[in-house]
Amino acid sequence: MANLPRQDQLVSDRGPEPPRAVPAGQREAHHAEALEAARHRHRWQGPLYSLQRLLHRHAALGPLLVLVLSAGVFELLHPGFLRLENISLMLQQLAVLGSLAIGQTMIMLTAGIDLSVGALMILAQMIMGELAINSGVDPVLALVIGVAFGALMGLVNGALTARVRLPPFIVTLGTLGIFTAIGLRLSGGATLFFGGSALAGSAISSSSNALLWTGTFLSIGSFTVTTGVLLMVALYIVFAYVLAWTAWGRHVYAVGDDLNAARLAGIRVRSLIASVYVVAGAIYGLAAWVQIGRVGSVSPDISSTLNLDSITAVVIGGTSLFGGRGVMIGTLFGALIVQVFNTGLELVGVNALYLPLAEGILVISAVALDHWIRAIKD
Amino acid sequence: MATTGEEALGTEQPGPSAPVLSARDMWKSYGRVVALRGVDIDVYPGEVLGLVGDNGAGKSTLIKCISGAEYPDSGTIFLEGQEVVFHGPLAARHAGIEVVHQTLGVAPQLDITSNLYLGREVRRGGFRGSVFRMLDVRTMRRQAAEKVKSLGIATIQDITQAVETLSGGQRQAVAVARAAAFGSKVLIMDEPTAALGVRESGQVHQLIASLRDSGLPIILISHNMPALWDLANRVAILRLGRVAAILAPAESSMEEAVAIMTGAKAASHPPGTNG
Ligand SMILES: Nc1ncnc2c1ncn2[C@@H]1O[C@H](COP(=O)(O)OP(=O)(O)OP(=O)(O)O)[C@@H](O)[C@H]1O
Ligand SMILES: [Mg+2]
Repeated sequence: MANLPRQDQLVSDRGPEPPRAVPAGQREAHHAEALEAARHRHRWQGPLYSLQRLLHRHAALGPLLVLVLSAGVFELLHPGFLRLENISLMLQQLAVLGSLAIGQTMIMLTAGIDLSVGALMILAQMIMGELAINSGVDPVLALVIGVAFGALMGLVNGALTARVRLPPFIVTLGTLGIFTAIGLRLSGGATLFFGGSALAGSAISSSSNALLWTGTFLSIGSFTVTTGVLLMVALYIVFAYVLAWTAWGRHVYAVGDDLNAARLAGIRVRSLIASVYVVAGAIYGLAAWVQIGRVGSVSPDISSTLNLDSITAVVIGGTSLFGGRGVMIGTLFGALIVQVFNTGLELVGVNALYLPLAEGILVISAVALDHWIRAIKD
Repeated sequence: MATTGEEALGTEQPGPSAPVLSARDMWKSYGRVVALRGVDIDVYPGEVLGLVGDNGAGKSTLIKCISGAEYPDSGTIFLEGQEVVFHGPLAARHAGIEVVHQTLGVAPQLDITSNLYLGREVRRGGFRGSVFRMLDVRTMRRQAAEKVKSLGIATIQDITQAVETLSGGQRQAVAVARAAAFGSKVLIMDEPTAALGVRESGQVHQLIASLRDSGLPIILISHNMPALWDLANRVAILRLGRVAAILAPAESSMEEAVAIMTGAKAASHPPGTNG
């Protein structure tokens, strides 16, 4: 600490004599003031600091920049990448992962993690399909039961995390195995088709079967989305609102930020954490609906990368693994980034191996960035 | 806005009036550690009651038990003569008891307004509040700014700033402001200047003095004896989970308090005498 202006001044005023004449208390006060001043100087220095501050304030800004940049690069490499047809297709492919990531975001905001998200979604759709196809239950009722089942299994995750106080990583690692096993057992590993076969199913039932409703196409010119995409967007809007504009949302952030502070503020932290897992479970149930509509059938062997991909999307979207920091729209950007790389690399004709590589680099960069942004507290 | 209790008496000295808050025979143990061994404490209208004691004497435990953050094993709490039992910190806050905990209890990544209103958010009127549970962010911000301003905390300017971007002293000021803004019966502060420099401590002490002058009773835990001697009307000395003595700074010296605190001297003023 070379430059403490007041000390310098004292020395130069009084010559070489050490500033003994200043009473101890006053000297300390000067010292404190000088430190404060030094800190302030440091704080306001450099454009890098301004950037850090900006990213700290707007958690979704970084992901948005990455999204725009990567989409731009792929458009350069493969003209037509940003055509409406291609964007439509990407959105349809994104709908399931995008919906799952909403639940994952809220769990990660509480400083938790859910490794079982994909497995629970698959199990929920198995149950819906089993009820509607093999047991003749009304599709609407099957849907409601499936979503409720998602919420119930969320409660299992939540209760083990919040009440029994096991680490969420371990709890959901366990339920990942359990949900996967039950899903396979339930179907015997077979795919269930609506109306007997895949073709007949989608032809006959999309209008009559509520479970397939999310596969309905809607077009505006060459822009085509499914109702599943709209459902995903609606979920983003609803939960962005809930997080930002309700007390429950504030409490989700507070609990992930500082559990003890939240408790002392009177928040019932255990119930709150459990409720987040329940809500997330219900969202996974809705994601299962989107999945059924998209494929037109119910299958236990959907890509198992959904579990980790949802975490990837959330982290790339600027939500901190340590909780308390992140916004819903950031997760949407994160999921879009994953999808852009997915489709882009394929279109450019790069070896499929490079997708996990790109995702890996993105995730590590995102976490490193989060680390740097968090270092703003001195 | 029922902030600083108009119901309290404006007197400097605790007169013959009834205590605002009393705790009787408070016991609390953590496993084998007995943190409180039958503590009696009274806070009178308009006074600052200092609470001192060595590390581990049980000061924080006592105020946690009083404010619903911990359940005492046994003991009774009276608020304005009425027996009360607090199930959780929120119940105590609803009753008008606010605490600045030793650990501050602010969520660093939330902004100042959210922290001030954490656990008591204000919802909008009409269907937006009742159906959509919408928070009235504008009102909360306006009131937070007013409260911070009326408390004279000049160092806080932007009410939407995340608490983690504040300096240690400013964070402390946020915690104190939150308690002061909402405390209507009793304010409890557990080492509110522990992490602060000389100047910042001075500001917090000024704030405490002005709150005292407004008539709000305050329990102040501090290791800063000179400041306590300056601010407190009475000082209770906790030793090994018991009240060893209650002194009046006007009549007793700091040296005496330190001697009682460390056990070097037995109390000449038995607990219970109000200085
Ligand atoms: N949560 C807890 N679990 C176990 N023991 C505890 C807990 N909280 C406090 N104690 C013990 O209770 C005793 C009193 O602690 P307390 O925090 O009340 O002391 P204090 O007077 O506030 O000390 P300090 O001046 O260091 O803040 C100590 O022996 C402490 O170790
Ligand atoms: Mg303490």
